[in-house]
Amino acid sequence: MSPDFDVVELGPADSPSVGETAPDFTRPLVNDEYWEDTSLSELLDSGPLVLLFHTMDGDFPATYIWQEIRDRAWAETIDVVGLSISSPYEHKRFIDDHDLEDYRLFSDPKNLIAEQYGIAHDLDGMEGISEPRPAAFVLDTDGTIEYAWVSTEWPEFPPYDEIEASIDEL
Amino acid sequence: MTRPDITVYRLQACPYCERVIRVLNDLDLEYRSRFVEPPHSRRNVVKRLTGARTVPAIVDERTGVTMSESARIVEYLERTYGERPEIGAESVTEADDPDEEAASLTATEVSE
Repeated sequence: MSPDFDVVELGPADSPSVGETAPDFTRPLVNDEYWEDTSLSELLDSGPLVLLFHTMDGDFPATYIWQEIRDRAWAETIDVVGLSISSPYEHKRFIDDHDLEDYRLFSDPKNLIAEQYGIAHDLDGMEGISEPRPAAFVLDTDGTIEYAWVSTEWPEFPPYDEIEASIDEL
Repeated sequence: MTRPDITVYRLQACPYCERVIRVLNDLDLEYRSRFVEPPHSRRNVVKRLTGARTVPAIVDERTGVTMSESARIVEYLERTYGERPEIGAESVTEADDPDEEAASLTATEVSE
């Protein structure tokens, strides 16, 4: 018997693959105190990182994903930066609400970075709103993608153990 | 890309902040912007830097100066960067007297 709910198929994404260089971009990067235009390459100057595309702050996938990452304390090992279409004000609230002071979030309301990464997703029933499909990229200091995961269903959650394994291999 | 020496802590749509930004632009100075939120309770970063929670506030890493209050900041910027012959001597002729301008400003800093 099939379940009485539908998981939406998102189909294949056209995203950069392992071994390729992650496309650079600049957007306001929000921490627990302020936000400031910051480029991905600037962040990479300080070391490898995890770039995590997520859905709007406040929906349940974004909340679950960030609670899991916080509880796994990834920040103790690597810089983890998020990106969603939420505004800097929403990001600040989200950081406060979920004790994410060790993490920072890029704000991209126009969803152009998701388009650049080939993972934009038009939302059904919310005319004019497009957001990234959840995706995670583990980047080495030179910006090389060492690990990539892009969701193909909605909702779908990151394979946390796999991502941790790739972080350990850096 | 080298990062600018001057950092401005600002609030969106705050006229006192915009005044500082205009002077920075007039003086052709590069700066980075750090935006804080309206409630004073959410401006601890500014308090740590300047001892007060008001914006605008600037940090100039080249001179080691940290200060708040737009009139003081404008005076500082014009005094420090306003007459730079190597940039263009013709700009000096129109220079305002920074002290006079600062003295004419009686408004207090924006608090919201």
